[in-house]
Amino acid sequence: MFGLNKKDTTFLLIVIALTLFTPILMQPFAEGSGLAQFNGGYPDLMQKVAIFGIFAVGFNILFGLTGYLSFGHAAFLGIGSYAAVWMFKLLTMNVIPAILLAMVVSGIFAAAIGYVSLRRSGIYFSILTLAFAQMCYKMAYSVLTPLTNGETGLQLSLDDPRVLDGASEGHSLPVTNIFGLPMNASYKLEALGHVFTFNVGFYFSAVIAIIAFYVAIRLFRSPFGMMLRAVKSNQQRMTYTGLDPKPYTLAAFVISGMYAGLAGGLLAAMDPLAGADRMLWTASGEVVIMTILGGAGTLMGPVLGAGVIKYLENIFSKINEGVLHQWFSFLPDGLEDLVIWIFARFTGEGWHLTLGVTFMLVVTFLPGGLIEGLKRLNKRIKGGSKKRDKYDDPDPEHRPEPGKHVA
Amino acid sequence: MSKFDLTRRGVLKTGAITGAGLALPTIFTSGASAFTNEPMGGTVTLGFNVPQSGAYADEGADELRAYQLAVEHLNGEGDGGMLNTFSSKVLEGNGILGKKVQYVTGDTQTKSDAARASAKSMIEKDGAIMITGGSSSGVAIAVQGLCQEAGVIFMAGLTHSNDTTGKDKKANGFRHFFNAYMSGAALAPVLKNLYGDDRKAYHLTADYSWGWTQEESIAAATEALGWETVAKVRTPLGAGDFSSYITPVLQTDADVLVLNHYGGDMVNSLTNAVQFGLRDKMVNGKKFEIIVPLFSRLMAKGAGENIKGIHGSTNWHWSLTDEGSQAFVKSFGTKYGFPPSQAAHTVYCQTLLYADAVARAGSFNPCAVAEALEGFEFDGLGNGKTLYRADDHQCFKDVLVVRGKENPTSEYDLLEVVEVTPAAQVTYAPDHPMFAGGALGQCNAG
Repeated sequence: MFGLNKKDTTFLLIVIALTLFTPILMQPFAEGSGLAQFNGGYPDLMQKVAIFGIFAVGFNILFGLTGYLSFGHAAFLGIGSYAAVWMFKLLTMNVIPAILLAMVVSGIFAAAIGYVSLRRSGIYFSILTLAFAQMCYKMAYSVLTPLTNGETGLQLSLDDPRVLDGASEGHSLPVTNIFGLPMNASYKLEALGHVFTFNVGFYFSAVIAIIAFYVAIRLFRSPFGMMLRAVKSNQQRMTYTGLDPKPYTLAAFVISGMYAGLAGGLLAAMDPLAGADRMLWTASGEVVIMTILGGAGTLMGPVLGAGVIKYLENIFSKINEGVLHQWFSFLPDGLEDLVIWIFARFTGEGWHLTLGVTFMLVVTFLPGGLIEGLKRLNKRIKGGSKKRDKYDDPDPEHRPEPGKHVA
Repeated sequence: MSKFDLTRRGVLKTGAITGAGLALPTIFTSGASAFTNEPMGGTVTLGFNVPQSGAYADEGADELRAYQLAVEHLNGEGDGGMLNTFSSKVLEGNGILGKKVQYVTGDTQTKSDAARASAKSMIEKDGAIMITGGSSSGVAIAVQGLCQEAGVIFMAGLTHSNDTTGKDKKANGFRHFFNAYMSGAALAPVLKNLYGDDRKAYHLTADYSWGWTQEESIAAATEALGWETVAKVRTPLGAGDFSSYITPVLQTDADVLVLNHYGGDMVNSLTNAVQFGLRDKMVNGKKFEIIVPLFSRLMAKGAGENIKGIHGSTNWHWSLTDEGSQAFVKSFGTKYGFPPSQAAHTVYCQTLLYADAVARAGSFNPCAVAEALEGFEFDGLGNGKTLYRADDHQCFKDVLVVRGKENPTSEYDLLEVVEVTPAAQVTYAPDHPMFAGGALGQCNAG
């Protein structure tokens, strides 16, 4: 189906099913129960997971396939956002043109930055992309203030022209929509004590995410994808066989930049504000961490990583000391304070620590990322109780191990 | 890719359960409530969105303390604080409209993006009916815009930019704190008395919404005195070290340095300026002076010795002797062991004002609340007679001109009030050019 083999088709169908049922899957705990704190099925988080999933999938096309570690991908995310918000300001609140422009503009920037950066590889490439991203950030923050509104961030205002929408009736800001259906519209369903929120914005992002994912599968399985892998495994040998790797890497860089622009445009479509913070180097680092955490070079890994990080960021950061007090109120006073003190380091504003520890454990014990963890778990379940150790070699021919995609 | 088998089964199962759920008669849709997050049970949730990290983290921490205190007082715990001195008496200490007040907190990280995400999750996930907070005007403006779209009330915390109730004002947003224009208007006469009308000023400005309007306001006010503006230099927010911005000051013939910085930035820039010996310098036969238009006790504490004798303006100071201020300082001091900052004061007032408006309106509907707040006159919250102007949702009240105290008696007694500028002197027309270009729009109830 769709030019995919049977295995990939099943895979894609599963991904589609998972995505469509996200509002239910991420809301596992009943409303009002003690665990409701851990529910993640509200529109903002679900949208973020889908959007950063796209961002990470795109990043993985570059990093996972060619091995080029870009440390400045957030720049394209930011550029996409700015382009989209300008489209909302000037043309129409319909999200389609905004997203298209976001992709085009970030594609152009990616071509320019990639053309220069790809002259070097390895750490030099990473540093070059980082430098470009920081330049973009600084310019958005100060020099280009008329275009980006500096630190406050680019926002809609009542007197924007919005040529296609005609004169705005009423005195409140218009909302982003797709042919009249507003992005922030939600259908709330209350069933079995759970409240499920089905949000237009999320489903829109989800559909785009699925398309983006499908394109990524096709790319991974295509001869072009094979070329990119060749770049990764041995660029020198590739050159000696008479192939020029440059056009391939540049193409991968631009595609990946356009994915980031698409994600940025979607972010703006969900919440029409573009801030320079989106382009900061920490944001670029985040997508690297997402990809490695989930499993670089795999299809599903980056999406999984994006989900885990966004979930930690939004849910763990909200567990403040008040909440901890509720949880541990059964403990004796002195012990309670100690336990709360320890937990407070890892929750609330300390969620970064949780992320750091998780990342460390994953990189140390599961170099292939969370995907590798799932694979091992699956094998363990399938293999039953059969004892295995490293001498129990399933590969008697000693084929070389596939590379671990950890920089 | 058989590894997804388990999950797929899970998905199917969940799907079946949902199907069953759909068939049940307990189906609600979002149309069931009249406005966003209408409180249904016995509780009402407020969202406190403050910086817990970044340049303004100190202010954020103090704001959070004041919020917790306000919630206690609204729920009838503690000594009631300013509820006892507040001129409006509809709040009875039984929550808001009989519903117990609960709160959720979020970290704005002093970044617009993060602040909006955190406010969004409070509205969407925790069902917050009102969002308040912000220790940076950029953040406050961003969150105010979000609240307008989402249909909840935004009670701005520490935001001093003219734009918050100027070109970026919104029908659902309200500000108790004073603004940059008011600082300029209050400071100018004092500066004239102290330093004369023939001065050359050099501006260092935090490069964002607040800094820009602060610079514009203070420059306009001092130029009206006859001062000359030598240069206006923008510095990035959270720069850490300002040495490279201070050295050029020495090369000009400026004799006044205006630091349009706040929080940690101001502490650093002032410290750098003093290290470079600016305060001992004589230029044009006059002593070099430093001015910090927006002052707070937390900043004075950070700057230590360097703040002594430096003039600025502030919204409120704990040493005020009116009934309201004393009641607030007493209950805050009893709970936390030290006096509150102006940030704490303004957010405490905002929480009370919101609760009071709901009680007077008899509804949580944002439009009803907004109507109750518009044109509301009150007293007893520490700033004397105050008006919530309907035209731009800005509070008009007295402004304090303060000076770093030469001989502090305690580690909190760092500022002394030089003058209380009456509200009439800092009031401006709603269409003043510094505030022009925006419109409130219509209130949005979601």
